Amino acid sequence: MFRIVHKRQLSDAVFEMGVEAPRIAAKARAGQFLMVRTDENGERIPLTFSDWSAAEGWIRFIFMRVGKTTHALSHLKVGDELADVVGPLGVPTHTEGAGRVAIIGGGVGVAVAYPVARAMCDAGGEVTVIVGARNAELLILEDQLRALPLRELVICTDDGSAGRKGLVTAPLKELCEAGRLDAAFAVGPAIMMKFAAATTREFDVPTTVSLNPIMVDGTGMCGACRVTVGGETKFGCVDGPDFDGHAVDFEELMSRQRIYSDLEREADAEYSQGCQCHL
Amino acid sequence: MPERNPAERRASFDEVAFGYSADEALAEAMRCLQCKNPTCQQGCPVNIDIRDFIGAIIDGDLPRGVAVLKERNALPAVCGRVCPQEEQCEASCVLAKKGAPVAIGRLERFLGDSDLACELEKRCVPEVAEPSGFRCAVVGSGPAGLACAGELAKLGHRVTIFESLHAPGGVLTYGIPEFRLPKAIVGAEIEMLSSVGVEIVTDTVVGQLTTVPELLAEEGFDAVFVGSGAGLPVFLGIPGENLNGVFSANEFLTRVNLMRAYEFPGKADTPVARGRKVAVVGGGNVAMDSARTALRLGAEEVFLVYRRTEDEMPARKEEVHHAKEEGVEFKMLCSPAEIVGRDGFVTGMVANRMELSEPDESGRRAPVCVLDADFVIDCDTVIVAVGTRPNPLLKAAAPGVELTRRGYVITDDDGATNVPGVFSGGDIVTGSATVILAMGAGKKAARAMDRWLRERGAS
Repeated sequence: MFRIVHKRQLSDAVFEMGVEAPRIAAKARAGQFLMVRTDENGERIPLTFSDWSAAEGWIRFIFMRVGKTTHALSHLKVGDELADVVGPLGVPTHTEGAGRVAIIGGGVGVAVAYPVARAMCDAGGEVTVIVGARNAELLILEDQLRALPLRELVICTDDGSAGRKGLVTAPLKELCEAGRLDAAFAVGPAIMMKFAAATTREFDVPTTVSLNPIMVDGTGMCGACRVTVGGETKFGCVDGPDFDGHAVDFEELMSRQRIYSDLEREADAEYSQGCQCHL
Repeated sequence: MPERNPAERRASFDEVAFGYSADEALAEAMRCLQCKNPTCQQGCPVNIDIRDFIGAIIDGDLPRGVAVLKERNALPAVCGRVCPQEEQCEASCVLAKKGAPVAIGRLERFLGDSDLACELEKRCVPEVAEPSGFRCAVVGSGPAGLACAGELAKLGHRVTIFESLHAPGGVLTYGIPEFRLPKAIVGAEIEMLSSVGVEIVTDTVVGQLTTVPELLAEEGFDAVFVGSGAGLPVFLGIPGENLNGVFSANEFLTRVNLMRAYEFPGKADTPVARGRKVAVVGGGNVAMDSARTALRLGAEEVFLVYRRTEDEMPARKEEVHHAKEEGVEFKMLCSPAEIVGRDGFVTGMVANRMELSEPDESGRRAPVCVLDADFVIDCDTVIVAVGTRPNPLLKAAAPGVELTRRGYVITDDDGATNVPGVFSGGDIVTGSATVILAMGAGKKAARAMDRWLRERGAS
């Protein structure tokens, strides 16, 4: 059992949660993820680290309430316990030799963009962070990002309620055109990563994406998370979650993410009947 | 042995084979000739004293029978259910020549169950030696790890098992279905280990959270057994394999057995695709389990697609028999060439017709494709059960341990690797095999670890 030691609501459907997990905190690295199970009947879901403290023995993740499990998770309070937290999983993001790098975070993907940006800064990189959200309300971790020694933090919102109006690909393209980039790292909804990679491909800027396929065990034994990269099948949980953005078959990833959409909707609808949080 | 009838079974996850009653067990035990030279024992991979435990049933002394069994086999209720006895003890029984060997496996199950029916304190617990002062780590709580841990504890060592999943048992829990091996039985067997002081720590992925060198150098362990199994699913490598509706048997079975997806929604939150027409590719026990599970999830049609014939199928005969009874349609001499779909979901499988030609390295006749004889199997689900290989995490878990080219651990006959203090056994050494072989290896390694530790002296 893993005790919840922190909970903060970042927007209507987005929450930050911290869990006491000293062993995991001691090993956590940017880009890695956890498998979380709320209770004995719960499903296992992958959530990336948004932060951790080895000294204080906690790990944090950010999640959006999108289905039954994240819905149930959003109801838990500090002091409650999660049945299982497994990690750190996945290969850590490569930060060695970081030069001039752009980190693009979309929506809840910013939760990963933050620790990756921090790690790249620590590795001596010149880091530009571009974050995108539908509107100002949905922007997360802005303060934490501003506290990093970034070259620049560019904020984009679809409706212009904060920062630049428009998509993250616009400032990304500008950086590429100015020849200011050695590499890019994009994390967020699959469609956003697809377009970010398409943008940098034109300029031959090596781009890493952090993929989010459906997972069951998260340790390589089931293959649910398989993705096609460069024509080869790779497992998101043990080969990834980072992959070469220019080689990923995003259409297949997005198609595979939809396999249980109907069942997910049903389960969440049933659960929502008993809960008050949307009122 | 009485079984649930096939029509009823198709819709239920309850165990198929009812056990023997005391009368039935006695009647069967009395068929045993109590041979002076019991050939059955030579067929047993762990040399159980079969004559003696059957003799105990004849004498009406069940606890003695259990004790005899447990000398060689830590999980008799499990093995009685899943061992391929028809290839092992029962094949060597003298009565086999006359057609009906003694049902050794069923008698083993009877004894194992009789023990588990007792409360924990009253069960047959082996004598535990004086504490040695040594601590041993076991990576993996499948049959190899459980058997190794149990034996090490008996020999007086303090044991901690590290399990990557949230529930122990390995393949006993995630792989073998409820209707063949009830999880309550697995749980009860594992409970026995805690009564001899074994600690099981779940949610720990060795290779990520910690490593074998760290366990030895930093976490105070004196020796480590790696029983992580061969758990990475092998896929066919054919077009369409990543369409929605194609699953590895591991994924399919893990969702159902470990995550109880047959209770979704409501009592379990993990879904599983309930295909109407399911094609299972493979010929081993995992393929049978997948096919029979698909039926129980409500499939109208389940096909078993295998490139050789039934005679070459490695599955246990009882599983093949049960699968057929329950309505699985066997499509032999058939090999998948391509999976086709629409809107990202499977709609069918193109298969090659095969014929058998000269034997290959496995000694079996090699399947060869018949030209221009392709056909399409209508299906919405394909389950790939063609084997597994070692998880690449093994390299991170046990750096320095010599592996074969294909990633399996190299050990000597006793399970010792090239790294002092590091031992291994089970599927991670042999490739996918059986529960009993894994247990035998775990036990043997435990004895070798014990010798190694005591020769080395206090840490």
